[in-house]
Amino acid sequence: MDWHQLWKITAAPDNIPIVAMLFLVPFFTWLGLKQARENDRLIEQLERDPQLAKTHHRKTLPWRPGWARELHVWPFLIRIEFLAAVIVTVILFVWSITLDAPLEEPANPNLTMNPSKAPWYFLGLQEMLVYFDPWIAGVVMPSLIMVGLMVFPYVDSNPFGNGYYTIKQRRFALGMFGIGWLTWIALIIIGTFIRGPGWIWFWPGQTWDHNAVVFDKNRDLHDFVGITSMPAKIIFGAIVVGLFYVLAGLLLHKLMTWNGFERKLLARTSLLQYVMFQFFAISVLIALPVKIALRLALNIKYVWVTPWFNV
Amino acid sequence: MEPESPESKTGKPGGITTKPGVTTRTGVGLLEKAREESLALKDRALDEAKAYKDPQQTQLWKSIFRVSHERSDPRNRSLAVLSNVFLHLHPAKINRDAVRYGFTWGMGGITFYLFIVLTFTGVLLMFYYHPTKVQAFRDILYLEHDVPFGKLLRNMHRWAAHLMIITTWLHMFRVVLTGSYKRPREFNWCVGVVLLVLTLLLSFTGYLLPDDQLGFWAVTVGTNMARATPMFGSEGPFGPQLGMTPFNDVRFGLLGGSIVDSNALLRSYIWHCIGIPLVASIFMAVHFWRIRKDGGISGPAPVMLESEMKAKKP
Ligand code: HEM
Repeated sequence: MDWHQLWKITAAPDNIPIVAMLFLVPFFTWLGLKQARENDRLIEQLERDPQLAKTHHRKTLPWRPGWARELHVWPFLIRIEFLAAVIVTVILFVWSITLDAPLEEPANPNLTMNPSKAPWYFLGLQEMLVYFDPWIAGVVMPSLIMVGLMVFPYVDSNPFGNGYYTIKQRRFALGMFGIGWLTWIALIIIGTFIRGPGWIWFWPGQTWDHNAVVFDKNRDLHDFVGITSMPAKIIFGAIVVGLFYVLAGLLLHKLMTWNGFERKLLARTSLLQYVMFQFFAISVLIALPVKIALRLALNIKYVWVTPWFNV
Repeated sequence: MEPESPESKTGKPGGITTKPGVTTRTGVGLLEKAREESLALKDRALDEAKAYKDPQQTQLWKSIFRVSHERSDPRNRSLAVLSNVFLHLHPAKINRDAVRYGFTWGMGGITFYLFIVLTFTGVLLMFYYHPTKVQAFRDILYLEHDVPFGKLLRNMHRWAAHLMIITTWLHMFRVVLTGSYKRPREFNWCVGVVLLVLTLLLSFTGYLLPDDQLGFWAVTVGTNMARATPMFGSEGPFGPQLGMTPFNDVRFGLLGGSIVDSNALLRSYIWHCIGIPLVASIFMAVHFWRIRKDGGISGPAPVMLESEMKAKKP
């Protein structure tokens, strides 16, 4: 175990934020899920007791008749905002006094940094370069992610959980977001803590060896079935990708019809919403982890090879 | 500025007055008169000074803050918010539960505050920085070693930028968990996605500015991807077929050249200091405006029961 190597990565000033994220993300996940569980319990209780549901104020927060429903922004919100600003300022000052921003040697095009890493928040993108050609990793995927995010509110036809934390009423949507969120975090963590010189995989605690060479036994999927001629490769790849879309689509459909509640939600979904959702979910949320797994576990580089592009 | 002295309230003339009926003889009388007048002046100064004790009653204060901040009066509390340009993006009153930290985590607000901190420290940095290959790196060294508090300034700008990315993500995460992107807030979510991208681009363009190895190679790696843009990149699918070369493709447009050099530094600088902050400010204005127009913060809303799901409108 080379603790020094691990420490060097972790303590690099530009990596401190991601170390902070390792604590912040679980904390806020806990904070959100805690409230979701409380609401879910309340929902169950009210669902069982329609009489109570008629009179209950429908929140887990305290409420008494006669209490004002609204508060004055001045001072009740302003003072919180002020306090938050003070706390953030103090944190920033302490952080800036104790840790210096990095500054390397002057830029030198003749001296390649190895590994040359983007800042941590872009390492998800950079790590995607391992699994896809640059035009997919750098252009198509980011665009799909952005457009997919914008499309999400329009394809989520579930009317529940609008403005309150809940898991029970939004399992499917939260699951889909969860997959994307976790994949993204996983890519960043791999990019930050695992990748060393030559973008080679070094386990945490393994010493970075600048002379390490990996003899890639990369294969394409068609090699497994022994296809050699180009037209056959093109057709084979197209079939594989088509099959993937069909299977992944069936899987998602299965989840969307899991129980009566999900089926009721699906009944509210228009065809356009359904198709849009399937397209983005399969192309990003499922394709990304599948390709990562194929690459890391089986060393498969491409599943579809053509003279013009490779996937 | 003139305090509202008790005198002016009672309508007495404010000029220097002498007591009537005092016999004046030249010499002694003049001295006497001066003494009296100075006493009267002193009284008046004391009176007026008393009025200054409550700064909220001065003309200066009243000209700035149109409303009395008398805390117990609900009308004044509302007006305090509505008549202030910085506060009026708030409503006068909000849902009593919406101020709970647990609901929004304050993340959107903190993100905005960090943006302000970054603007402030960024402008200060601009006083010391020249976006040229000769000076950029030296300016950073100068900031770190010679400029008073220069190092602190640079550190704060850097760490606030990192923090802003974290808080933007957490803010988005909160919006997902509370389902706040749902009707009627779909569009504001889209504005948010644009803000997320702009925040990332701001960081990315700033990374090159110290002109050190870190920034140079990060930007080289980043912009190399642009080469592979389908149709518009010299190495992307269908790019060469459409006549793209390293000297006319998107990457060339981004860098102002075929390598990361002085033009790239200047373009980065302009995008970082002018272009993107301007666009981001506009989107933030829209974002905040829409929060109000969409009915304020989405919750904490009363829970809905499954048995209450209405059939979809045709
Ligand atoms: C520069 C970045 C951003 C700033 C300064 C910002 C600021 C804010 C603020 C101050 C609020 C009020 C509630 C709160 O504090 O949580 C808010 C609400 C909201 N934001 Fe953002 N935001 C940013 C980015 C985003 C992103 C990335 C998204 C989503 C993709 C988003 C979507 C929303 C939505 C939907 C609301 C309404 C939430 C509700 O009503 O509960 N924003 N934003």
